[in-house]
Amino acid sequence: MHIVVCLKQVPDSAQIRVHPVTNTIMRQGVPTIINPYDLFALEQALQLRDQHGGEVTVLTMGPPMAEDSLRKALTFGADRAVLLTDRFFAGSDTLATSFALASAIQKISETWSAPDIVFTGKQTIDGDTAQVGPGVARRLELNQLTYVARISGIDFAERSVTVERRAEGGVQTLKTSLPCLVTMLEGTNTIRRGTMHDALRAARATVVKWSAAEAGIKDLTKCGLKGSPTVVKRVFAPTPRSERAQIVDLTGKSNEEMGEALMAEIFARSPSLESALEKMAAGY
Amino acid sequence: MIEERFDAIVVGAGPAGNACALTLAQRGLKVLQLERGEYPGSKNVQGAILYSDALEQLIPDFREDAPLERHIIEQRLWMMDDRSTTAMQYRSDDFNEEKPNRYTIIRAQFDKWFSKRVQAAGALVICETTVTELVQDDTGRVIGVRTDRVGGFIKADVVVLAEGVNGLLGARAGLREVPAPKTVALAVKEMHFLPQETIEARFNLKGDEGVVIEAAGTITKGMTGTAFIYTNKESLAVGIGCLISDFAETGETPYGLLERFKAHPSAVPLLSGSEVKEYAAHMIPEGGYRAIPKLFGDGWLVVGDAGQFVNAVHREGSNLAMTTGRIAAETIAQIKTRRDPMTAENLAIYKKKLDESFVMKDLKKYKNLPHALENKHLFTTYPQLLSSAMQTWFRVDGVEKKAKENAIVKSFFSARRFTGLVSDAFSMARGWR
Repeated sequence: MHIVVCLKQVPDSAQIRVHPVTNTIMRQGVPTIINPYDLFALEQALQLRDQHGGEVTVLTMGPPMAEDSLRKALTFGADRAVLLTDRFFAGSDTLATSFALASAIQKISETWSAPDIVFTGKQTIDGDTAQVGPGVARRLELNQLTYVARISGIDFAERSVTVERRAEGGVQTLKTSLPCLVTMLEGTNTIRRGTMHDALRAARATVVKWSAAEAGIKDLTKCGLKGSPTVVKRVFAPTPRSERAQIVDLTGKSNEEMGEALMAEIFARSPSLESALEKMAAGY
Repeated sequence: MIEERFDAIVVGAGPAGNACALTLAQRGLKVLQLERGEYPGSKNVQGAILYSDALEQLIPDFREDAPLERHIIEQRLWMMDDRSTTAMQYRSDDFNEEKPNRYTIIRAQFDKWFSKRVQAAGALVICETTVTELVQDDTGRVIGVRTDRVGGFIKADVVVLAEGVNGLLGARAGLREVPAPKTVALAVKEMHFLPQETIEARFNLKGDEGVVIEAAGTITKGMTGTAFIYTNKESLAVGIGCLISDFAETGETPYGLLERFKAHPSAVPLLSGSEVKEYAAHMIPEGGYRAIPKLFGDGWLVVGDAGQFVNAVHREGSNLAMTTGRIAAETIAQIKTRRDPMTAENLAIYKKKLDESFVMKDLKKYKNLPHALENKHLFTTYPQLLSSAMQTWFRVDGVEKKAKENAIVKSFFSARRFTGLVSDAFSMARGWR
């Protein structure tokens, strides 16, 4: 089985600093981490490989320094790492990113073998869009399973996969045919600590680096800033919202009157609450 | 699993470990470097001043891409009592040279850069891996290390301990003692951010020029120690450190001392309006020559802070670390070329080379100084006397100069008596010799 895990190097949001002088976000000197959601995807992929055999390829698009994240993924136990890096990719939004990643996965298929499953985290902590995974699936015409908590089974004879998907109000059990793309939820597993053997292998490994051309991308207008219709209008730190408390004058009222007056004020603000409470009370 | 074997394993990726791993790799040895931090530099704390000479010998063109903050053109020495500062200042345009002699740096960035050079030279560098044990054979010879990762036993002909001031691995293996509290200082440091223009205006700087302030006196409340303010591009490193034994004895807290130093009337105007972004603490080996532990044995060597290689008087440490790391590597490479075993007998060349270098010569010169500095009068009585002498001398108040001179001389005698003054002078002179 061949699994591709897409991951992204993101600034460690716990250590992001606002420049005390210019008030802009300081990216320089801020440590980077692998997007935490992607680690759940990587661990799930590694578990599947350990159970069923095969290999795990990790893929990222980013500046040359993103190699650090890939090497870390190799230390966790991934078998191969591909870095998609080119100045043409600079300024990519989710549309351009999913185009580039889809192209790279196509190239990975041609170079090694077609993946049975492509994993991504459900979203990144710096963009928070949750669009790239589905975007890659659509371009590669893969079935997509999003917000997956667990892979519950793989049937190689039937070429199908069963997953648990967390949805509002419950858990869905979904089944689809391979190959497919899965976006993983948080909190479903813990990334392993690689063995000494993994660490040595990772330190020695050569990360495969592809430019846009090497990844088989011909249409550069779909890459980077050119291929990104999203426009960032403004970046700002939200100002804390201050809401003034309403003061209800209750002087000279008895305890009972105070209660009634307060309830009247509350119901005046949210009328639905009154009917909901009445409905609940009706049952008793 | 195929058993791994390396020519050398270097434990730690600070200046000593990096210098050693780099030199070993440059000479074609198969090197593994293990670092417990997330990345090289993530655990390392220093003021921090970089001395060019030691690094130049390893990476001659380091100025081209190393992350440097400011080159030092001015040194101030402050002798302080609670309200006053008597200062010596040396500033020279000669330090605005093509290849400056000293720089301020930020270690987290610098060490990361240094490590990239080590990796480029061919050493295998693995982070987030703690060496838990030195593995010895029946004869006590070190044959490898065990780490906190599964399958973590790795063999090597020689293990270089660049593990830092604590020397825990060596001590755990019974090869040395852990350093005594009297030989180790605990220093704390804050990073104060200020706009570049503000720093340049407050310290009379332009471009990449920088200032170093070293301070001593009643700011350490009678304990043996010093404080500092270093200028970075957009921040000031402000710190203070004293011997651990003194902290234990007095019950003073390091952050308490730092707050006091920052509140001193001489420091306030330099720091005002700054934003504190980092707080760090680290131990510094300051025991000098007499505190140097055993430096080599069968299959192992000690470099850097782990070997107490710090010149406390001249505030030199990272350069001694790099130099000892380099000399250790040269020794190992030399033995390797001869195809000799890494026995204590052969590794003794390391100690011999160190003895011939400035490292041991400097430390030997000051071998009695740590003892002399235990004299607490140096940090209380004398700064106060100096301060009041200065004030007596400079205050214009109609008192005749001869009377002023007499008052100053008298103040020294009444504070320490003749015998005290002579013995203090004698012990300092011995320490300095």
